[in-house]
Order: sequence, then structure tokens, then C-alpha cells
Amino acid sequence: MSTRPVPFNWLQALRTVVAWGLSLLYVFPLIFLFITAFKTELQAIEVPTLWWFAPTLEAFHEVQERSDYLQFAKNSVITSVGSTLLGLLLAAPAAYAMAFFPTQRTKDVLMWMLSTKFMPAVGALVPVYVMAQKTHLLDSTLGLTIVFALSNLPIMVWMLYSHFKEIPHEILEAARMDGAGLWGEFRHVLVPLGMGGLASTGLLCLVLSWNEAFWSLNLSGANAGTLAALIASYSSPEGLFWAKLSAASLLAIAPIVVFGWFSQKQLVQGLTFGAVK
Amino acid sequence: MSLPATQAAPRLIPRLLQAPAVVTLFLWMIVPLVMTLYFSTIRYNLMQPEQSGFIGLENYHYFITDPSFGTAVLNTLLLIGSVIAISVVGGVALALLVNEPFAGRGIVRMLLISPFFVMPTVNALMWKHMMMNPIYGVFAQIAQWFGATPIDFMADWPMTAVVIMVSWQWLPFACLIFITALQSLDREQMEAARMDGASWLDQLRHLVLPHLARPVAVVVMIEMIFLLSVFAEIFTTTGGGPGDASTNVAFLIFKQALLNFDAGVASAGALFAVVLANVVAIFLVRLIGKSLDK
Repeated sequence: MSTRPVPFNWLQALRTVVAWGLSLLYVFPLIFLFITAFKTELQAIEVPTLWWFAPTLEAFHEVQERSDYLQFAKNSVITSVGSTLLGLLLAAPAAYAMAFFPTQRTKDVLMWMLSTKFMPAVGALVPVYVMAQKTHLLDSTLGLTIVFALSNLPIMVWMLYSHFKEIPHEILEAARMDGAGLWGEFRHVLVPLGMGGLASTGLLCLVLSWNEAFWSLNLSGANAGTLAALIASYSSPEGLFWAKLSAASLLAIAPIVVFGWFSQKQLVQGLTFGAVK
Repeated sequence: MSLPATQAAPRLIPRLLQAPAVVTLFLWMIVPLVMTLYFSTIRYNLMQPEQSGFIGLENYHYFITDPSFGTAVLNTLLLIGSVIAISVVGGVALALLVNEPFAGRGIVRMLLISPFFVMPTVNALMWKHMMMNPIYGVFAQIAQWFGATPIDFMADWPMTAVVIMVSWQWLPFACLIFITALQSLDREQMEAARMDGASWLDQLRHLVLPHLARPVAVVVMIEMIFLLSVFAEIFTTTGGGPGDASTNVAFLIFKQALLNFDAGVASAGALFAVVLANVVAIFLVRLIGKSLDK
């Protein structure tokens, strides 16, 4: 049987053009945001949109002057890194125990953990607010770190559990036969083999905490506010502010978007609990 | 299925290892829940702390008969439903488009996934001001170019605006998962089907879409968890308005607690949200939990 020559090149070219066109259209708001950040306020709202102009860093300077961007950025870094570490510290041992010493109840415990995620954060707002106030954790980075870690904990346990479950039991048994204690097992088997899981779980927690707005808006003010809260303060603008909004937004999202690009693969694996390969 | 190692291993250590996570999570759940239960039965206004006392189910009655309540429930379901539908359909379409290799595929994938990492507050304000502003916004300019009257999204179509913003963020997530799933499609089977003269549509219906059933279940489950509590997008753009047009349950509770300072009614609302969330959860676990167990 002879294979017919297929007009392969045409299809390929069409696919390339359509895919590029659609994806550029899809991220157009981001491209627009990026460009606007380098305009002056007057250029920013010019109609029709100005595409050629001399880029300026004016808006970035104003953002820093107006609200001390660096302070908010620092809070974002502290709370997201802190909550990731705290979350891993709590979730990893639990996931390890569930994956390697499953009991009748393990599935129920996992389901229960996930179910706590079904309660909208706003449901716990009043009590958490009152508790934070009583313990002087209101508007503190420590308070936010703890709250972020706890709200991500169920997802983290799930992700780590599904990763650990894929490590063959035989390897652990072999290590145990060789006389490795819990610590040795942890160091020589679990850490090297579970590194991928720990990394993807950490990555996701970092992204979620960095972008978290609800708790940040409601539990923090001038002191511990994160970038998500800073951006929200632009929601009731006075006067011209597109360039400043764009500059502040760009600074807030750039680190995590770039970070996201490099961690796509781990995130898929993690987010789908390994159910999609 | 218990493995031999399980029986041989001591029971204490695994329990100790689980304890920190289980205990903190339990406290994180139960303490607010009990406090909310308590608050929901007393008169508790943050502005009038002296007027307190047990009032039974009055707060619940007030919350449920609030004219905003029906709208909020409807909006919550509408938002979840439409965002999931858009992201599943759009995500599958985009994933199929970028599944075959072409020049610059890696970059296209990177571009497509970007919105998922954008902070919800940035996402919302960017759309509200720069895309949907009825005078300067990009949409307005396009409308004018066609000689049409620009739409004032925030005033006339607030819920649509919220759906657009949230979908823009979550479609890439669905797409990313579908792309990954498509990579594991059996090439040989597809080849065989093609040899047997199956059309592109047949292949899609009988091979590709069934293969995507599980990833779709995963996407629906995860998006539902996150979409039940959409807040930042509404808070920073419409503020739930105009009127209650874009208020969801999460935002309604927030409004009672921090704008009306009525912690009692807010707590009653929060308990309602817990019930709503659990109804959804039971439904989900039944539907999807099984497919994930396979």
C-alpha cells in the first residue's frame, strides 16, 4: 500500500499561525499591562492606544514613593516562603505515615482533610479575626504565615501523599532490612525519591500564598500587608493611575509568573494528585 | 490492601507523624466552627457590643430572608458553572490545538499558562480598568472602531465581567492539565484508527474524549474547590454591585461581617456556606472520588 502524500506543510503552517495568534490574543491583557507600565499617566489613557512612545520608569518610581512597594514585597516573600516551609514541615510527616503505614482510616482522614477545604474562607473569617486580635497576631506577618500554611495544608498533604504512594514499598523495606532506622530511611530513601513531590508541593504552596488575597486583605493592614493587598488598594483610584497600577501589578506578578513558567510540569503532577500523566 | 510491612511496623510512630497535621487542621476547622455556631445564636454587632444575648435562630432567619440571599446563591452557582464549562471546553480545544508539534510550541504553552499565576487582585483590576473601562478600555476602543456603543461592563454586566476574569485565570489551568493528559494518549491506537479510515471526528469522539474523562473530573473537582470562595475579584471590581448583581455567598457574608458589622448574621451565613459547600463536596466525592480511586 502506498501512502498518499499529505498536504502536511499547509496544515502545519496553519496550526502554527492559529496557535500563536490565539495565545497572543489570550495573554493580550498581560502584554497591554506590561506596555502601560512604561508609559506616563497621560500616555497611558490616550485613545486610540499609543503603541510607539519613549518608555519611562516614572510610574515605577511613583509606586515606590506612594506606598513603599518594597515593604509589601518583603511581606509577600516572608509570608509565602514561611508558610511553604511550615506547611511542608506539618504535611510531609503526615503524608509519609499515610502513604507507608495505611490503615482503615487513612482514606477517611484524607477525605476529611480535603473537606475542610470546601468551607469558604469567609466562613471562618469572624472567629479567625477575633482569635488573631486576641493573640496579637492581627496585621503581623507571623499571623498571615500561619493562616496561609493552614489553609494550604489539606492540599499539601494530598499532593505529598499521592507522590509518596508511588515510591515502591520494596525500596523502603530493603532499607529497613539493612537496618536503616526511621531517620536513615528518611534521609537515604524518602528525601531523594520524594524530592519531586516535595518540590512540586512547595511550588504550588508558594504560588497560592503569594497570590492569596482574602486573608491578607482582612487580617492585615499597613504593617503586614502583602502585594495582593497593595494592588487591591488601587481599586478606588483618584485621578490618573493606569501607569501606576500597571507598574505595581507588573512588579507583583512578574516573579511568580516567571517562576510558574519553569515549574509547569511539577505543578500539573502535583495539582492533579498524580491522577493525570 | 495491607502490606506485610504495615503489620510488622509499630503503630505508634506513624500516628505521631500524622499528629501535628491532623491536630492543627482539626483545630483550624473545629475552633472557628464552634465559635461561628455560638456567634450565630447571639445578637452580636461589632458596633453595638453592649446589645448582646441569646436570640436563637433569628440570625439564620434574617440571613435567609435577606433579599440578597437568593441572588447570592444563584450567582455562586452561576459563577462556578460557567467558569467550569468555559475552562473545560476551551481548555480541551486549546490543548488539542497545541498537542501536535509546531514551531515555538514551548513558548506558546508558556504564554497560555501565564494567567494562572497572575494574582487575582491584579487580574481583576487589569480587566476592570484597562480592558472593560467604557471610555478608555480596549473593548470600548474595539467597539467604537466597529461603530458600536461600548458596553459598560461594571454597571450593566457585572456578573459577566466577573465570569470573564475568573475564566481567564482558570482556563489555562484546565488547558495545562489536558495538554499533559494528551501526551499520554496511545499513539499506536490512534495510528491504527487512522489506518482503519476513522475520520478526525471519529477519533476525537471514540479515543481522545474518553481518554480525557479523568482529567476533566480532576479539573472540575479542583476548580470547584477554589471557585466556591471567589472573593478578591468581586471585592476589587464591583464590590458585589450594582445592588446585589455580582454578590456571591462568600461576598455576602463578608458584607454582613465587615460592612454591616453584624457578626451574628455573618456567622449564620457562614454556617449556611458550610452546608452548601458540603452538599457540593458530597456530590463531588461520590462522582469524582470513585474515578480517582481507579
